[in-house]
Amino acid sequence: MVSLRALAVLALAAGLAAPAGAEPPKRVVSMNLCTDQLAMALAAPGQLVSVSYLALDPRSSAMVEEAMAYPTNRGRAEEIYLLKPDLVLAGSFGGPAVAMLHRLGVPVVEVAPPTSLAEARDAIAQVGAALGRSETAEAMIADFDREVARLARPAGPDAPTAATWGANGYSIAGDTLAGDILRRAGFALVTDRLGMETSGYVPLEVLVMAQPDLIVTGSPYPGASRAEEVLDHPALERLEGHVLRVPDALWTCALPRSLEALAMLSAEAEALR
Amino acid sequence: MRRDARLLGSLAALVAALALASLLTGPADAGLRAGIEALWTGEGPLGIVLREIRAPRTVLAIMVGASLGLSGAALQGYLRNPLAEPGLIGISASAALGAVVAIQAGVSALALGVPFAALGGALGGVALILGLAGRRAGGLGLILGGIAVSALAGALTALVLNLSPNPFAAYDIMFWTMGSLADRSWGHVLTAAPLMLAGWVALARAGRDLDALSLGEEAAASMGVNLARLRLLVVLGAAAAVGAATAVAGAIGFVGLVVPHLLRGAVGAMPSRLLPAAALGGAALVLAADVAVRLILPERDLKLGVMMALVGAPVFLHLIWRTQAGR
Repeated sequence: MVSLRALAVLALAAGLAAPAGAEPPKRVVSMNLCTDQLAMALAAPGQLVSVSYLALDPRSSAMVEEAMAYPTNRGRAEEIYLLKPDLVLAGSFGGPAVAMLHRLGVPVVEVAPPTSLAEARDAIAQVGAALGRSETAEAMIADFDREVARLARPAGPDAPTAATWGANGYSIAGDTLAGDILRRAGFALVTDRLGMETSGYVPLEVLVMAQPDLIVTGSPYPGASRAEEVLDHPALERLEGHVLRVPDALWTCALPRSLEALAMLSAEAEALR
Repeated sequence: MRRDARLLGSLAALVAALALASLLTGPADAGLRAGIEALWTGEGPLGIVLREIRAPRTVLAIMVGASLGLSGAALQGYLRNPLAEPGLIGISASAALGAVVAIQAGVSALALGVPFAALGGALGGVALILGLAGRRAGGLGLILGGIAVSALAGALTALVLNLSPNPFAAYDIMFWTMGSLADRSWGHVLTAAPLMLAGWVALARAGRDLDALSLGEEAAASMGVNLARLRLLVVLGAAAAVGAATAVAGAIGFVGLVVPHLLRGAVGAMPSRLLPAAALGGAALVLAADVAVRLILPERDLKLGVMMALVGAPVFLHLIWRTQAGR
């Protein structure tokens, strides 16, 4: 009896440690917007049983149509446990719900949100391995690399400058996915020029003085806010650089579709040369 | 009269000096000469900064300050109470509620509908105050009524903003309750100007009758003052001026309290002489506060209400202490 139980424990431990080597999971639940979209793109038919409710929000999700086919969850430990998953995909900020799932013995794979196109490849590989779909993931990564190589342009010292411009003047820095995509498209970041290592608020006056060649804004929210009024300030129209809207959903998560943002910006950089 | 002219002249000079300081203060650092040159020519990025960002901000500070100072002086004259101030008795907060409701209902923040909605809110606030405390209310009744109206309007403003589908709307609660002139444009100046001007005209025309009222209601009536018309002028004028100011700059408190208090000594007790001085004094005070917030935290939007409360609260406490001691 004792040895049998030990054997079972061993088998369980082996299963947890190396899910890729074992049987692929059959009931996968994703509770994070970014893993939702990678799982939808990579999973075998029927393998994925639920995605987070955010996957249906067109403001942040680039795969709303695909997500309509799945029941959604709100990332609560209880509802996820009741779905009887044999694998849960979560982001790295799952919080108490993920801790609870760990305690309940549900296998959870935590995927850190990629902050660059290079890390996006790792996330695709990680989700692919967790789903037992490494081949699909490798094909996706190969496509991804090809597209990046085709669209990327070198950002020399005379590179055009770009700044993202959001509510209250929030502008992203080079340590984010959007910042990396802007750089790969051949832009120098205004936040870099200002010596900002992380994203933050840039006063309107400072943005105007920096005279960016391109100002990138996102999707406005419904309803009004004073915080977003600064996006329509007449001073921006007086600048020579123009304003481009890139839908937020394209680079909220690192996805194959993020390369659409790279393509838009790459074309802008080409036109500015 | 000559003393008045000298006082008004020096106040105007103070406003001009502070306006220049306001034009030259900001995160985009430029020297005095470069700044003035850029303002004159409008060329280059500095020209855009001065003409499109700092100039409207400065003009708006003058307009908002004048509105608040004028309204404070007129309300104090009408209610014969030094504590009557648009911020303290809840007019600013209810004006902010009106503006917030209009904007969340879909009116563009730069449309004339917003100041008019703020006027509506302000009138609601005044009606509640006059209904709660009454015209002959002592300082305590007025302040208690003001606390109630401010709390109610502030809570409803927060509720409306929290119910907005826009996640940034909730961050705006600070703006609407503390006030700020950051990143305003000429569009905001044009939005506020018509209603503000109407308010100024109404308040200016109330000056002489307010002088008569300072002798008491019966005396004023015997001098031929139409008290109903006077009430309409003061209430509508203050609601229009404060409403328009709040619609574009949020609720800025204490201006209407501090300025008349500081100037009353210089012009005596005559409301008609206090009104123009309070308008200029209010402009100077808001300009100074707006320069100060940019000097303290150049890169961030420190709210004007913070500076005003630092100056205003001690004055307010002093006035309460004096009112209590006088009883």
